[in-house]
Amino acid sequence: MESNQSFVNFSEHSSLKIALVGNPNSGKSTLFNALTGLHQKTGNFPGVTVDKKSGIVKLSPTVTGEFVDLPGTYSLYPKSLDESVTFEVLCNPNNEDHPDITVIVADASNLKRNLFLVSQILDLKIPVIFALNMIDLVEKEGDVIDCVRLSERLGVKVIAVSARRKEGIEEIKEALLQPLPVPQYEFIDLRKIAGDVIDKIRSMIHLNSDFAAFQSISNVQEIHYFDNKPEKKAKFEAIIKSSKLDINKLQTHESVERYKVINRIAEECVTHKTAIKTESFTHKLDGLLTHRIYGYAIFLVILFFIFQTIFFLAKFPMEWIESLFVFVSQWTTSILPAGEVTNLVVNGILAGLSGVVVFIPQIALLFAFIAILEDTGYMARVSFIMDKMMRRFGLNGRSVIPLVSGVACAVPAIMSTRTISSWKERIITIMVTPLMSCSARLPVYTLLISLVVPPSKTEGFFNYQGLILMGLYLIGFIAAITAAFVFKIILKAKEKSYFIMELPVYRSPQWRTVGRVMFEKVKVFLFDAGKIIVAISIILWFLSSHAPGDRMKQIENKYTSTELTSTYSPAELNVKLSAEKLESSYAGMLGKALEPAIAPLGFDWKIGIALVTSFAAREVFVGTMATIYSADSKDNSRTVRDKMMTELNSQTNLPTFSFAVSFSLLIFYAFAMQCMSTLAVVYRETKSWKWPLIQFLFMGTLAYVSAFVVFHILK
Amino acid sequence: MKQKKILKKLSQLEIGQSAIIDSFTDKEMSLKLLEMGCTPGEIVTLDRIAPMGDPIAINISGYLLSLRKEEASTVMVSLINKN
Repeated sequence: MESNQSFVNFSEHSSLKIALVGNPNSGKSTLFNALTGLHQKTGNFPGVTVDKKSGIVKLSPTVTGEFVDLPGTYSLYPKSLDESVTFEVLCNPNNEDHPDITVIVADASNLKRNLFLVSQILDLKIPVIFALNMIDLVEKEGDVIDCVRLSERLGVKVIAVSARRKEGIEEIKEALLQPLPVPQYEFIDLRKIAGDVIDKIRSMIHLNSDFAAFQSISNVQEIHYFDNKPEKKAKFEAIIKSSKLDINKLQTHESVERYKVINRIAEECVTHKTAIKTESFTHKLDGLLTHRIYGYAIFLVILFFIFQTIFFLAKFPMEWIESLFVFVSQWTTSILPAGEVTNLVVNGILAGLSGVVVFIPQIALLFAFIAILEDTGYMARVSFIMDKMMRRFGLNGRSVIPLVSGVACAVPAIMSTRTISSWKERIITIMVTPLMSCSARLPVYTLLISLVVPPSKTEGFFNYQGLILMGLYLIGFIAAITAAFVFKIILKAKEKSYFIMELPVYRSPQWRTVGRVMFEKVKVFLFDAGKIIVAISIILWFLSSHAPGDRMKQIENKYTSTELTSTYSPAELNVKLSAEKLESSYAGMLGKALEPAIAPLGFDWKIGIALVTSFAAREVFVGTMATIYSADSKDNSRTVRDKMMTELNSQTNLPTFSFAVSFSLLIFYAFAMQCMSTLAVVYRETKSWKWPLIQFLFMGTLAYVSAFVVFHILK
Repeated sequence: MKQKKILKKLSQLEIGQSAIIDSFTDKEMSLKLLEMGCTPGEIVTLDRIAPMGDPIAINISGYLLSLRKEEASTVMVSLINKN
């Protein structure tokens, strides 16, 4: 150990910034949860779509620690968005999240590879604590890691931890308040690799370490030291240009040198059990789960299970939520004076909230499954067995779960694409998932199919209605993978896509983690996407209940006249009133204005109104049809169907919902992006209005063209 | 006596076969592989091949790493002689 060891002491500070860094699968998040308990919040790193988890905890009566969980990375060479965040926070002292102390989390059962990142961080010469996690796994294997020796060798505090068993957590918290040695040990001599450029850079900008200077050579784009001084930046770039360094070669050289040192350290500090290792549990289980028959069969069963749960099981709590909101709406109407404000609260705000809250069961259930699949290590195997098939369409092995979940609902499905690490593959999955026929399309399909074929019509074993329904699901799937293929060709990837990925050992899921993931996802949806959904639903409410001038008043007056009240029963009158109100509303005007545009598809203005209102959610189509055709909403859809069947086109005197029109409308609903909640979630997941807009346009165009073709073929 | 090395691509290993990493043929890929612990001199064993023939999973320094055949073909390895 070096004698001129310097220490930093933060125990006098009233608050400490602490960052957690480590490899993916090193148990970093588990440790973060163990350290922060329930005092967590999820936000975003400024300017990027990377989730930031932070938590504030009292370390002593006078010191609070603010922990930030940095995205997992294998090295400090930023290759993905996630990795750039970690790089930027650690290497830029001016970053708002730059920590006072960095806790490096390493998987002890995989020490050598984890030491690579450790060595890079130590070379930054920032105060660190080294948490050697999963020490229980190492002990189970019969191996021994000499932590004292490791600590001496690296010149930092090493703490053996088992985050899952909550062992070593208090030791970390205590160590944060003790004087910490500043790392002195230079893993490798960077001057030998890069030459005098390092000194030139260090004389120009104030940097803590040679490695920070070395990193600034290869990451000029990422470095923000020059924010206010462009002339300095120019000088800096000139130095690098004149040195004529091959960055790739430098980093390769650096990596090889690092591993040489790491191998020596590992040899000194780890004692392996010499006995021949029996075939591991993971190896055996992989034999089954990646088997060419059983592997796919098991995956299929799991998919079926997930699908059943979010499609059928979620229905019950969703119905409870809906009845709760109906109850609250009725109650609100009864206590508030009738009028504009009550109308806004009940039909605008409460309806919007109901439309948000109703998604909770599906989101929670889907993420329970995903958390279990990720936590056990199975998700990596899904990628492994599905990669070849999905790659052809520009998708990832992990796209399968979002796509299948999309058959229940695109909202949770799109949220679940976070597990796809490649930006391009993730965007493609997000873009095509809403083409899968979701459960909200089902009421629309059922109504329209019943117009096309009578339910009794069967041909031997086949029921025509069932066949058409199946066909629609199939068309949705084909459209999704075709669109994925097109996006694969069009989209330019910012980063090179690798498949190089760890297959972690299988472990039992931690229920605490599962619960936490469910809670977090629901929270994110409610607060981020929920705002947009409520806002749009208020706009839609306004459009369908208001009209220019005092037209609404005139209609109401008309329906209170004795002439009408004497001919119709109050119920009939009410139905007629709603129909006429909707027709004269802004939504009605919009529907009429849309008519020339949708006439080529065989749609009239009444369908136009339904297209506008069902933007809230596809199933609203049925309700709107009921209102427009003055069907009594208390009856089932049967009456809507009968009304629609007998409806005649005012110009041609032929049935409005002819075979051709109904089919055209079916196809339109199969493809069109008629769902504000999905758009809100796509915005939340991509952090830009660009992607929801592209999605809206491409799906709209696809729907329009397909409906046009179908209508003209069948006409 | 120094034996002559016979170089093969990592993607050409058979299941259960072990080899020593010799060199890389793709600069960018090599960096990613290096940080994952695939350094020259390390022993790799082909653990399994995905059912559709791609990707593959290798054992390297005590853990399981999966990569596509295309990626594995940029790694040159020398077979370990069985005695």
